[in-house]
Amino acid sequence: MIETRRPKLELLSREFVERIIDEGLTLLERHGVLVENAEALDLLTAAGARVDPSTGMARIGRPIIEAALATAPPSVTVYDRSGGRAFTVGGDEVHFDPGSAGVTLLDHDTRTQRQASAADLAAFYKLTETLEHLHFQSTCLVPADVPSRVADAYRLWLGLVLSEKPFVTGTFRVEGFRPMKDLLAAVRGGESGLRARPLAIFDACPSPPLKWSNLTAQSLVDAARAGVPSELISMGMTGATSPTTIAGTLVQHVAESLSGVAIVQLAAAGAPVIFGGSPSSFDMRHGTTPMGAMETMMIDVGYAQIGKALKLPTHAYMALSDAKVNDAQAGFETGLGAVLAALAGINVVSGPGMLDFESCMSLEKLVIDDGLCAMAYRLIEGVAQRDDPIALGVFDGFRPGQSFLTHPHTRRWYRTEHLPAGLADRDPYEAWAAAGGTTIVDKAHDDVARRLGRYSAPPLAGDLRRDLDGIMSAYARSSGVPAPALPAA
Amino acid sequence: MTLSKAEIFPRMSEAIIAGDREAARALAEEAAGAGFDLLEVVDKGYLPGLRKVGELWEQGEYFLPELITSAEAMKAAMAVLGPALNRGPAGSRRAGRIVIGTVEGDIHDIGKNLVASMLQAGGFEVFDLGADVKLERFVEKAEEVGAGTICLSALLTTTMAAQKRFIGLLRDRGLRGKYKVLVGGAPASRRWAEEIGADGYAENAVAAVNLAKSLAGGS
Repeated sequence: MIETRRPKLELLSREFVERIIDEGLTLLERHGVLVENAEALDLLTAAGARVDPSTGMARIGRPIIEAALATAPPSVTVYDRSGGRAFTVGGDEVHFDPGSAGVTLLDHDTRTQRQASAADLAAFYKLTETLEHLHFQSTCLVPADVPSRVADAYRLWLGLVLSEKPFVTGTFRVEGFRPMKDLLAAVRGGESGLRARPLAIFDACPSPPLKWSNLTAQSLVDAARAGVPSELISMGMTGATSPTTIAGTLVQHVAESLSGVAIVQLAAAGAPVIFGGSPSSFDMRHGTTPMGAMETMMIDVGYAQIGKALKLPTHAYMALSDAKVNDAQAGFETGLGAVLAALAGINVVSGPGMLDFESCMSLEKLVIDDGLCAMAYRLIEGVAQRDDPIALGVFDGFRPGQSFLTHPHTRRWYRTEHLPAGLADRDPYEAWAAAGGTTIVDKAHDDVARRLGRYSAPPLAGDLRRDLDGIMSAYARSSGVPAPALPAA
Repeated sequence: MTLSKAEIFPRMSEAIIAGDREAARALAEEAAGAGFDLLEVVDKGYLPGLRKVGELWEQGEYFLPELITSAEAMKAAMAVLGPALNRGPAGSRRAGRIVIGTVEGDIHDIGKNLVASMLQAGGFEVFDLGADVKLERFVEKAEEVGAGTICLSALLTTTMAAQKRFIGLLRDRGLRGKYKVLVGGAPASRRWAEEIGADGYAENAVAAVNLAKSLAGGS
């Protein structure tokens, strides 16, 4: 049998990749990166970086980055809440998760956005739990009805109560890390259990150009020490906060990300760290950051290739759209992103369900996008040789005019080779018109209701629920806000 | 040899259109040195250039890099002419005073800088408080300098709530009627401005200047 080729997209030549990495390293060495966090600066200083204490600029020499790359693991394995199901974040594995973190929800009936609530977030968690092509959850909304001081921990607490899947999340303030780590450790029965089986990935965004804020640098340090994977979200905007050329933005992306890798490895050698991002092609007319622009996707695919060359796991914000409603733009931008991300072998792809420059989530879009993810997965499975000979055997005894519909070979393989339609319309016109002439968005709306109706919370073992509630309540108390409750269904 | 007004005014306009900061500054110095009426220099030399830039933007010829570079050139000229104008007859800063900043918890300032530049170029005296600005500080500064308008920027959906809190803060102090409050930033919208009781929202920097002017004129 001929080995199946996994189709793969590599945008840059090897020479170009090496050149971009080289310039990124030179940039860190000569210009440096601004670090607004004392602990991270101490770590960098101790490692031999030239730190200007008056400004916080750290010029990081190549040996420091090379040492960091030598200890950074090439892949991270995350586990679901039960600890039974493992997901490799590395190699060319692809895991989709909902985009994050929106603040509005697109209302299907009115086609307008409204502020997201904790109940909306719960609906997304439940829906994501039922969607098989979304391997991870993300804390995808910032609920307006939860006190902002505890919102980061609240989102994770709610998710751990409602879902079995691993999480992509992050802190909103430095104090948020501790209770979030405690929630995760509680699920694992302790910190060593969490270290052995990571349950959540923490996003940390440098501020372009070339800066780590106090919050994000602290998150890197804290997560590294707890063995929690950090996902570096460098996000240059071409011509605004990074060079306008795609390659120029990639140089900055490398410098920002590798300084993050260094901080993580200096805090705890061997700690998991993911080379991710949310850069964008900056729209020079509207001053916006289109995630659905082809150039944005080219930057994503480009840095992912560089991340792979550096032997690091990768992430990108793809499979999302800037459209304001679930229209054709929402579909094509999301579809292009899902396919390109899968072809590029990006390990964590955050985006499904998301609209409007990463600000709005749609339940209907989430189920539509799950179908897109299924198609992307199908594509990267490639074309396999199922039989040997490939087809000659099928034609043995074949009579003129005979069809393949009843052929045993068809029943043997069609379900493996071909995906069902899902929500996509494949009716003949008359049947479509007779059934009400609905669009995929209408069908998705019904599907959301069906799925939410079918959802039941995966049970938590023993006293875990009580423990999680206790951690959340204590954090709320120490933050001076009332203990948040589960939103009413 | 000193240029005549007829020679120098078109050059000033061209410097703004081309976004040539150095030329804009040098021409302003030359005009000041020659003892020209500086109000006339602004009105007939620089402002026609700025209007043309606005037209080019509206026509889709100019994009943000051109717009901002031209605004920077205008600022360079005004840096020379401003002090002399301020020494001149009162009211030379005709458009009014504006306090602007990105709200607390939010470090994004590109959009805000852009609006600040355009407001400045549009003739406002702009007090830019930077990013991550405590709400209290906006009020303090506005009171201190006697501003008529306060502009709050927020890029994050998590920080836009501060724009709403600011309106409440002004109300609590009994100062709501004293200031026009404009909100902007990626997550903001006209509806958001209405919802929180702000005086206005503009979708881009050019629209922000027009809005600020119409509000200032109407007060």
